[in-house]
Amino acid sequence: MSTRRTPGPAKQPAKQPAKQPVKQPAKQPAKQPAKQPVSGAKDQVARLLALVPYLHAHGQVRVDEAATALGVAPDQVVKDLKVLLMVGLPGGYPDDLIDVDLDSLEGPEADGVIRIANADYLARPLRLTPTEATAIIVALRALRGGAGEETRGIVDRALAKLEAAAAEAAPQVDPGLDAADVDLALRATRLQQAADERRQVRMTYWVPSRDEQTERVVDPRGVVNHHGFSYLDAWDHGAEAPRLFRLDRIHELEVLDRPIETEPAAPRDLSEGIFSQAEETRRVTLHLDPPARWVTEYYAVEEVRPAADGSLEVDLVVADERWLLRLLLRLAPHARVVHPQELTSMFTAAAQDALGLYGGPGVGWPEHDDPAPQHS
Amino acid sequence: MSGTTGKKTERLLNLLIMLLVQRRYVPKERIRSILYPGTSDEAFEKMFERDKDELRSLGVPIEVGQLDAYFDDEPGYRIRPDEFALPAIDLEADEASVIALATKVWEHARLADATTEAVRKLVALGVPVDVSALDIVEPRLSADEPSFDVFLEATTERTPVEFSYQRSGETAPTLRHLQPWGVVRYSGRWYVVGLDTDRGAERVFRLSRVQGEARRTGEPGSYDVPPGTDVRAVARRLAPPPTSDRTVVLVRAGAGHALRRNADEVETGVPGPDDRTAWDRLVLSRGIPGAADEILAHGADVLVEEPARLREQVVQRLRAALAADPHLGQAS
Repeated sequence: MSTRRTPGPAKQPAKQPAKQPVKQPAKQPAKQPAKQPVSGAKDQVARLLALVPYLHAHGQVRVDEAATALGVAPDQVVKDLKVLLMVGLPGGYPDDLIDVDLDSLEGPEADGVIRIANADYLARPLRLTPTEATAIIVALRALRGGAGEETRGIVDRALAKLEAAAAEAAPQVDPGLDAADVDLALRATRLQQAADERRQVRMTYWVPSRDEQTERVVDPRGVVNHHGFSYLDAWDHGAEAPRLFRLDRIHELEVLDRPIETEPAAPRDLSEGIFSQAEETRRVTLHLDPPARWVTEYYAVEEVRPAADGSLEVDLVVADERWLLRLLLRLAPHARVVHPQELTSMFTAAAQDALGLYGGPGVGWPEHDDPAPQHS
Repeated sequence: MSGTTGKKTERLLNLLIMLLVQRRYVPKERIRSILYPGTSDEAFEKMFERDKDELRSLGVPIEVGQLDAYFDDEPGYRIRPDEFALPAIDLEADEASVIALATKVWEHARLADATTEAVRKLVALGVPVDVSALDIVEPRLSADEPSFDVFLEATTERTPVEFSYQRSGETAPTLRHLQPWGVVRYSGRWYVVGLDTDRGAERVFRLSRVQGEARRTGEPGSYDVPPGTDVRAVARRLAPPPTSDRTVVLVRAGAGHALRRNADEVETGVPGPDDRTAWDRLVLSRGIPGAADEILAHGADVLVEEPARLREQVVQRLRAALAADPHLGQAS
């Protein structure tokens, strides 16, 4: 495992929206609140194996109530119920079939209340599959990390009951939520609330590529997630433009009593990527020795050309030279610019400048055998 | 919904109920005559196989057995009610509320769906799920590593896997064989912990370094996780230790914000290596993670005073970078 500190995805735009593109993994659909209806018999069976026990447990329930509780569209609930009319015990007699009162669901007499009978053998829902058990248990373990002391007790009780009910031993999956995750989640809640209440926010924001920390007043529009990071989309009054702010780079944060001054707007959709509105970029070719290969894991590289000795030549699109310079310094001496020449000179000057700190009088760094190279 | 979907749903449910309500194995011929009347041998076999597969993929435990100890020619099928049904889980209202929140945690399509399905089943148990005002924040869990699903399932099923792994600093990926014990998230990244069967020792692998597909190489339940294994503890033990050297750096006024945030002491306006700006001295008693990389990234804005080892590392790396620069010619 690497001992390198991950620099995180490249810089995040505050003043200039188009920056170093963050690596985009294979596109993954956003999570869905509920299964899409009408996707075949298997899904319908799954829905009915939840609906029938639900009705058994609750007695007479309204269609919309059942639909909400189970996350299914109301008209789908009615369609599903109609299928039950021909379902039941294998005897072949009318009394063997599940009885659904269709008149209460459709037609002039309908009151929207579901009444079914003769389905006692489906009184209990299907047990959790291993994947379902894992998914919910790990999600609860993650929630536990975000819970206050009192709620943590509740999560623990719920977890203990679910772990006992899971057929297999509780999966060894640890979402590893730490204080920083919780802090971020809290911040997201506060900022979203400020956006909902249309109140201005004052914050200190840090831009790593410029190593610059500035105070901004913004009109928040909402918190959006993209590739594992949360961003505040907001109108930045300093820049007089909408900007995205990565939540973990917001330092101090204050929700003001002042209302927002710009038109309220929905936060933008980041599913197409953050950097779609690319500004001036340039293609840079880097030579990476093996210890610097991790760069290809973290940043969107256009092309990778491996060499026989294990080094790589990679092309990447760079919007901010300062970002690149910091990356090269961080990787020293395992990375260099192949092209363009101008950036090579910039890097050389920066490295000489940094080394110069240690050679100055009064700092007392012992002289080395090979003196620092000079500009040619 | 099309009529065919409805017909097939009927057949699947009727099959399920038929096998569920019988105490004994139901003969295949009886299933055929009641639920698949008028089908050819071939059509029946095909439909019946597919129907069983679909029910099983939903988690319905269909058992196959012999009907009679004396006549072993005909297989029978049944579903045991106690295997089929979710055991009673008595959730209090507040416990049900936190369970409802769980559906929002995963930013991973398949696991988000699985959580939703699990909650639906719990709701069907009669649990009154209602999200009231809870003292809770909703963290998000993402898992973008392409091999995540395979490792998660292999861990749950206890299936050995093989995968190609690229260690940092190594020229080529190597093929590794692992009995996965658990999957752990650490500083926002996922790792798998398990027994490396080539090396006969426990190992930790970062999922983002797995190249291509991870493949199952055995049957579920092929091994046992050693009793008392705490995967998080193993990950912590095998992961690189955090630096703990007290570190003292000089930082230009207005720079080094990330370092300043973690500093225990800040002394402003101290004498520095040059007069271009004012300098501040920061003391970081817990050290800096990835210290040399972090310091180097700051270029001429940060100077290491202590520890000497770190200072030397930074200087050496800068010298090496300049020496390797082909445009400068030979250094000496």
